[in-house]
Amino acid sequence: MAATLKTLAVDFERALLLLDKQQATSLIAQAMTLGGVQEVIQQLIVQPLTHIGNRWQAGSVALSQVYMSGRICEGLIDDLLPQTTLARRAQPRMAIAVLNDSHALGKRIIYSSLRASGLELQDFGHGVTVDQLVQRTIAQAIDILFVSVLMYPSALSVKAVKQGLGGTRTKVMVGGAPFMLMPDLWRQVDADAFGVNAADALDFINKHTVTQGS
Amino acid sequence: MTSLERVLTTLGHKEPDRVPVFLLLTMHGAKTLGLSIKEYFSNPGHVAEGQLQMLRKFGHDCVYTFYYAAIETEAWGGEVIYRDDGPPNAGAPLISNVSGIRSLVPPRVAESRCLWKVLETTRQVKTEVGNSVPIIGVVMSPFSLPVMQLGFENYLEVIYNHPDLFNDLMAKNEVFCIEWANAQLQAGATAICYFDPVSSPSIIPSDLYHSTGFSVASRTLAQIKGPTATHFASGRCLPSVELLAKTGTAVLGVSALEDLGEVKRVLNGRLSILGNLNGLGMVDWTIAQTREKVREAIAKAAPGGGFILSDNHGEIPYQVKDETLMAIVESVKDFGTYPIVH
Repeated sequence: MAATLKTLAVDFERALLLLDKQQATSLIAQAMTLGGVQEVIQQLIVQPLTHIGNRWQAGSVALSQVYMSGRICEGLIDDLLPQTTLARRAQPRMAIAVLNDSHALGKRIIYSSLRASGLELQDFGHGVTVDQLVQRTIAQAIDILFVSVLMYPSALSVKAVKQGLGGTRTKVMVGGAPFMLMPDLWRQVDADAFGVNAADALDFINKHTVTQGS
Repeated sequence: MTSLERVLTTLGHKEPDRVPVFLLLTMHGAKTLGLSIKEYFSNPGHVAEGQLQMLRKFGHDCVYTFYYAAIETEAWGGEVIYRDDGPPNAGAPLISNVSGIRSLVPPRVAESRCLWKVLETTRQVKTEVGNSVPIIGVVMSPFSLPVMQLGFENYLEVIYNHPDLFNDLMAKNEVFCIEWANAQLQAGATAICYFDPVSSPSIIPSDLYHSTGFSVASRTLAQIKGPTATHFASGRCLPSVELLAKTGTAVLGVSALEDLGEVKRVLNGRLSILGNLNGLGMVDWTIAQTREKVREAIAKAAPGGGFILSDNHGEIPYQVKDETLMAIVESVKDFGTYPIVH
């Protein structure tokens, strides 16, 4: 049976979960003979990464696999879409940061996955204070700010970030363990959305882009 | 029954007078004594007094001598960042380049001021409670400590791509962990909670756990001279349960994301269960919700013993109200008296 982008995507996801970068690279090369760059990115990278993220949420894939998959895809996408190319999608101005805490893995996963989806965003780093985050967000005229936290008190600090951003058009999506374990917490801290994985971040970006454009 | 008798009975998979309940409180003692969290942890007498006052106030079944997770990296030379409304947090990782693993030297427990405070707290509470209440000490597993030593990203790179560095780091961390656990037992701890979140299937796949965290736990727990409980700090356990049961641990901390009844069924008496009330959820629970959560957990996991009711994370948030904590213990008395009535 001849390979299609759909069948290659299944093999690609399997290769990612086995951390088989060589096989993943080979499958991308094969896919490029069947479709254009954006089509390959969408079907072989965005959809498998989304599926892997959903499987982590459901408990059938581990966080280390999500992280390593994102890193592999980030490398592949850099080969397909060099940073300076115009092929990267037109998009809102975006940034990501870890508020107060030092654990940056969640941020790194979202950062890698979004870049692997052909998007660009700024990395404001980890251990960022409320004041630092507000100042950089305003100075850079960020449209969408992703805020990752590990500790509950850091999650509560998102409210101060939102207050600091009052009057701007910046939308804030939050993520991290406290928000997963307290489903209403993102509303309590006045965030605009809560995301579990990169797929949620992509949805939020798409909705925001549509809203901006309409 | 005393609290210790109650706990030992359930760990023997028999039914005591009622379900034992562990309120794993670390910061509430500061509130009780009217101190800031930093002041509270600066003096081992404060923590001992805080634990004893909470024991009297809430009437639960353990003393918990855990200060905060970053105290171990503090002993290794790391920074601790205090805040007024949550646990002290680890600062920047000890080393930024993984090659720095080669030059890490484990601290000696006897020479560490911060670890001495925990030991002194343990000795003071032991003097007061004797053998009536179990004293629970804590260690970070050698396999999970590197998240604070190296940062999570660097550590995953080491696990996947640098086996020699991984083995070197585990050898050093195992030496430290065993000495630290045994020092707490010698100071009066009844059992050691082995925090090992990286081993959770939420973090690494079970096959990788087999060749890493499982081997480390098996070697380490065998040299800890007392009973141990393995805790994944909110991470799932079910996919790795078969291996976990072979590590030598006696108790398993269960995530709020998993069903207590299913975990109990799969374990089938091989390990006891600790859990799994959602600690963060407690912040918003009404008294009625609290009672229902406790009733539900007891109905699923208490029959036949082998169950200690607790939170899912091993550290109840500072923001959880005293009324909620009291309601948990009162509900245990109402719903958890054996035989359990469904």
